[in-house]
Amino acid sequence: MSSVARSESGLPIQAVYDGWALAGFDPEVKLGAPGRYPFTRGVYPSMYTGRPWTMRQYAGFGTAKESNERYHELVGAGTGGLSVAFDLPTQMGYDSDEAVARGEVGKVGVAIDSVDDMRTLFQGLPLDKVSTSMTINAPASTLLLMYQLVAAEQGVAGSRLTGTIQNDVLKEYIARGTYIYPPQQSLRLISDIFAYCHKEMPRWNTISISGYHMAEAGATPAQEIAFTLANAKEYVRTAIAAGLDVDDFAPRLSFFFVARTTLLEEIAKFRAARRIWARIMREEFHARNPKSQMLRFHTQTAGVQLTAQQPEVNLVRVALQGLGAVLGGTQSLHTNSYDEAIALPTQKAARLALRTQQVIAYETDVTRTVDPFAGSYVMESMTDALEEAALELIRAVEDRGGAVAAIEQGFQKSEIERSAYRVALEIDNGERTVVGVNKYTLDEEEPYEPLRVDPQIEIDQCERLAALREERDNGAVRRALDELRATAQGSGNVMVPMREALRLRATGGEVSHALRDVWGTYVPLDAF
Amino acid sequence: MVVAKPGLDGHDRGAKVIARALRDAGYEVVYTGLHQTPEQIVSSVIAEDVPLLGMSILSGAHLTITRRVMDLLREQDAGNTFVLVGGIIPEADVAALKALGVAAVFTPGADLGGIVRTVDRLLTSADTVLEPTC
Repeated sequence: MSSVARSESGLPIQAVYDGWALAGFDPEVKLGAPGRYPFTRGVYPSMYTGRPWTMRQYAGFGTAKESNERYHELVGAGTGGLSVAFDLPTQMGYDSDEAVARGEVGKVGVAIDSVDDMRTLFQGLPLDKVSTSMTINAPASTLLLMYQLVAAEQGVAGSRLTGTIQNDVLKEYIARGTYIYPPQQSLRLISDIFAYCHKEMPRWNTISISGYHMAEAGATPAQEIAFTLANAKEYVRTAIAAGLDVDDFAPRLSFFFVARTTLLEEIAKFRAARRIWARIMREEFHARNPKSQMLRFHTQTAGVQLTAQQPEVNLVRVALQGLGAVLGGTQSLHTNSYDEAIALPTQKAARLALRTQQVIAYETDVTRTVDPFAGSYVMESMTDALEEAALELIRAVEDRGGAVAAIEQGFQKSEIERSAYRVALEIDNGERTVVGVNKYTLDEEEPYEPLRVDPQIEIDQCERLAALREERDNGAVRRALDELRATAQGSGNVMVPMREALRLRATGGEVSHALRDVWGTYVPLDAF
Repeated sequence: MVVAKPGLDGHDRGAKVIARALRDAGYEVVYTGLHQTPEQIVSSVIAEDVPLLGMSILSGAHLTITRRVMDLLREQDAGNTFVLVGGIIPEADVAALKALGVAAVFTPGADLGGIVRTVDRLLTSADTVLEPTC
């Protein structure tokens, strides 16, 4: 046995914390009041005593019609906001009928090829009432504009739309892998989106700067918040360089983190992240509006900690993870389904995941007081230690020239992969216990029949695309795509010609290909 | 050997961990990078002239992709390449993959030591009929 325990970030955890831990601790400086700078205790004064977080379950698979049915069920079951999962061809800017899409259509999310599919996806869901989060990055502009077009058909103005696009391409280069264009061009597209939404969709969260996927790829909590906030700084600098005022776009920045089963360190992580961001925004970027300084975030429970063995045990893991997110002050939460290490969730598993949140919200007492861990010896010590570790890593990124330069040097990815390999070795040699996998195993696992996506969906989707290409005014589409290319070559906002092309029923793939023609694609430095 | 990440999915934590473990076990490992088509993967196998290919697939497209890779390997006289598949593979599909000629399938929770031992066995006794692992 080693004498000092280590957290997931590798920081020491003492067996006992006592008065010494808070020597010199000034709550005015370190915490502030809830809803006040530096927001350590939460971004709102009343937090969940006023109303609980938004229970936002990520869902979508197969066709737009099937996903639409799942959304109606989720809304009926009491979910507060929709969260759309797109299939990989959509996420990579390909149409369902392209060769690279074969076998992937409708698999990990819904296939959306055109504004027609988007209309079907939201059939019967009033877009002025429902808030929608879309996990879409490289082609975020395309999907957002399709959404706006469908809303307009419903008679809902852009100014009334609420929701989020993930739109965080930098983390795609580091962890998630669904990038299209090179970093500089991606950043230009993102600042076009910021500018467009400031005018057209002022209540929309234009980006969800994500540590989640880095954590899933292996990042420690300290790496997760450091690399996320370093990416965030890059976005802020880009937008300022494009001529935007920091307080015009920063209030619409939102964040996305993981919640692991290591409850205490996770709570400390969320608190530290809020404090670091508030200081960066006020001190480095001179944001005046308190909303620009607030780190508002979505949380998803850690998929990578779920096991395919004895999958029901995952229900317990998810409950602990969700509790950590709530104690850490999340604004919205997705709890994973217990069968997600095996396949896409079945309907029953998805419902249980939502029920888990409802138990935390309505049966426990953790919502009745704000930031219940404030002032705890261990919690304030861990928050300080994580803040310090993360600041050091942010400096390491900045010393390499900022997030993009560090990405091009492979810095964040190799740091994360080292952490991932260490965890794999610890599981292998038994230093780290995973219940049901390397300890407390069953001789024989019970069989489990996962949800399957019908392969017919791919054929149907291709047929719909063929019909669309037949019916629409192809000359007008071609001219609109030419206009988009011309704008991409210059410095105008590409959102305007893109919207026109999509309105004329250009497909998502056609729009992305037009931009590929001008901007090229990203080829990573791939070492291991 | 070649470790490949076919399809559009970008989650390569598993592929990279396996590549490192095999490298640490003394093998020369070529990692293809993300978003590889079956054609690209098979040409890597042929260009590198390796006896073993490992593919990591998490997106649910494992049957479509593997079928295509096996066909291409056969077409290009590389049908004797050992193919391993790892990823989120439902139990019922393990048999389907083996019927396509896959030597072993590894699902979540598979231990690194076991994967390395399977590779050792495949490469040392290429003629022996194997007890497939999953």
